[in-house]
Amino acid sequence: MASVEFKNVTKSFGEFTAVSDVSFDIADGEFVCLLGPSGCGKTTSLRMMAGLETPTSGHILIGGQEVTHLHPKDRNIAMVFQDYALYPHMNLADNIAYPLKVRGEPVAQRHARAKQVADVLKIGHLMDRLPSQISGGQQQRTSLARALVYPAKVYLFDEPLSNLDAKLRLEARGFLNHLQRDMGMTAVYVTHDQAEAMALATRIAVMDQGHIVQFASPIEIYRRPATTFVANFVGNPPMNLVEVEGAQVEGKLALKAEGLAIAALAMTDAIGKALAASGKLTLGVRPEHLGIAQTGATNTITAPLFANENMGPESLVTIDRGDSARVTARIFTDDHLDLSKVVTLRFSTEHVHLFDSTGKRIPALGE
Amino acid sequence: MKLTIPAFVGRIAFSALAALIGAIFALPLLWFLFAPFNARAELGLALPDPWTLSNFVTVFGNSYAVQALWNSFIQAVGGVILVGAAATLAAYALSRSSIPGKGAVTYILLLFSSVVSGSAAMVPIFLIISAAGLMDTHLAVILTFAGGLLPTAMFILRDFIDSIPKSYEESAMVAGASPVQAFFDVALPVIRPGIVVVVVWGFVNIWGSFLIPFILLRSDSNMPASVAIYSFYSEAGTPIVTLLAAYSLIYSLPVIALYLFVSWKFGFRFFGGIKA
Repeated sequence: MASVEFKNVTKSFGEFTAVSDVSFDIADGEFVCLLGPSGCGKTTSLRMMAGLETPTSGHILIGGQEVTHLHPKDRNIAMVFQDYALYPHMNLADNIAYPLKVRGEPVAQRHARAKQVADVLKIGHLMDRLPSQISGGQQQRTSLARALVYPAKVYLFDEPLSNLDAKLRLEARGFLNHLQRDMGMTAVYVTHDQAEAMALATRIAVMDQGHIVQFASPIEIYRRPATTFVANFVGNPPMNLVEVEGAQVEGKLALKAEGLAIAALAMTDAIGKALAASGKLTLGVRPEHLGIAQTGATNTITAPLFANENMGPESLVTIDRGDSARVTARIFTDDHLDLSKVVTLRFSTEHVHLFDSTGKRIPALGE
Repeated sequence: MKLTIPAFVGRIAFSALAALIGAIFALPLLWFLFAPFNARAELGLALPDPWTLSNFVTVFGNSYAVQALWNSFIQAVGGVILVGAAATLAAYALSRSSIPGKGAVTYILLLFSSVVSGSAAMVPIFLIISAAGLMDTHLAVILTFAGGLLPTAMFILRDFIDSIPKSYEESAMVAGASPVQAFFDVALPVIRPGIVVVVVWGFVNIWGSFLIPFILLRSDSNMPASVAIYSFYSEAGTPIVTLLAAYSLIYSLPVIALYLFVSWKFGFRFFGGIKA
């Protein structure tokens, strides 16, 4: 196990900059998720760690050792690919044992080790099969076994669960979490699924357009998203963002928007600074912090009902404020909600997030 | 469903026409199967009476013709090994590396190999082989065919390799393999069906060619079977039908055997490489 360090790493493909001046540290034993939409540079970052891409500039260190221009084979890393990359002409035993084969281990020994790992992953009975003769979930576990068969410094995962169906994905996710607890491996895990990142990571790096927008623990990212981008990416469904007009009234912050009734908020220096730049702020409330209320109450938002989806333990109630500015509430009830045509949703001001006109978080009082 | 009478008549007419066309194509093949076993074969189709192997005995008594089969074999196998190996390595490099203009290279080579057909380039090829001192050697024929077949072979294989995910070799390299190891352990076995297609295609091309060996070779002992067929013509230029038929049958057997072997062992599933 080892640490990973990026120092001002930039990667360009011709005109396009995939990763732009990115720096971060991953400590020994951390499980870090690179989270972001497609094209944000997360996979490119991972491939640079693996040595499959070379940075245009900057340095990469693994375990304190400079590896920027080192060939993948000399980095002693393990990687699980999105398409599993199982060798179609080799049976499972040879597939899993391949890293040991290139390390020059004798056949009997490497097959014994492969069997051992395969047994843990419950594919030990399939060792004579070809990859095309096993199911998708078994293929995924085979590629995992191939990565775990030798002690690597860092384990890299490139969206390893995205080709599985929903149920298998949950199962595999739980297993990966267990594995991380068991082995304490240093892992970097690329995903566009925020739930995966939240469930697995000790820290999440949220990426957008080649930059790291926020690098923090899942709880921190959930509670204090650094930008509207992060707020909108994390959470299921993501945070509701309402564009509001802010102004200082009698030493307090008054917010105005169509259908919104909110009590004036306490002013802070940070809010003052944001207001000085622009009165156009964004108000954020998570769906799970919204409830159904009577029309006319304070700290509410009112709009025509758009959708009412019953999911069993909870209902998703969406109201439409026009121009596709929708607000969704997660109501925790297993009853069917009987709603009128216009719905009022209430929230508590302690669960309110504020972002300035550039989308940056305005720290709340006491942050 | 019941057919109406006009539709029924139409069907019969169509079937009859199809049968007629089929027969026209089948007749020469039937002749080709019967004539070698007929000691009195002529150009007309006739059942052998009696069936005999005497034609084959005479053909195998002709040492020049037997040597020619061996020569064909040397030239075809030699050419195929060269084309297969060179095309695989070149196509792999063209597919996987990020050389600028690699697409243009493939297409220009392909264009030249098809525009400058074998016969149009005959004079320069003759001069080059002559200057290289390779006249009347198997190597001359092998090199000429390798040069002619390579661009198309590369094109077919490059398309084939392009369709194979890079992650195979990448995962091998991350696991600790050198690029050469990754190529031989992982890429080559996956590419093999494509190579087989190219090899069969190359073999058939060289085996059946007449002009190039006819021009580049001098001595009887080096001529391939395609040229040696002419030894079964009389001085006056008329074919000795019995021997010609027997020799032709022997001559075509290796190609048929190769097709059967490949389709049994690999199956021709991978012809999808050619987009043009």
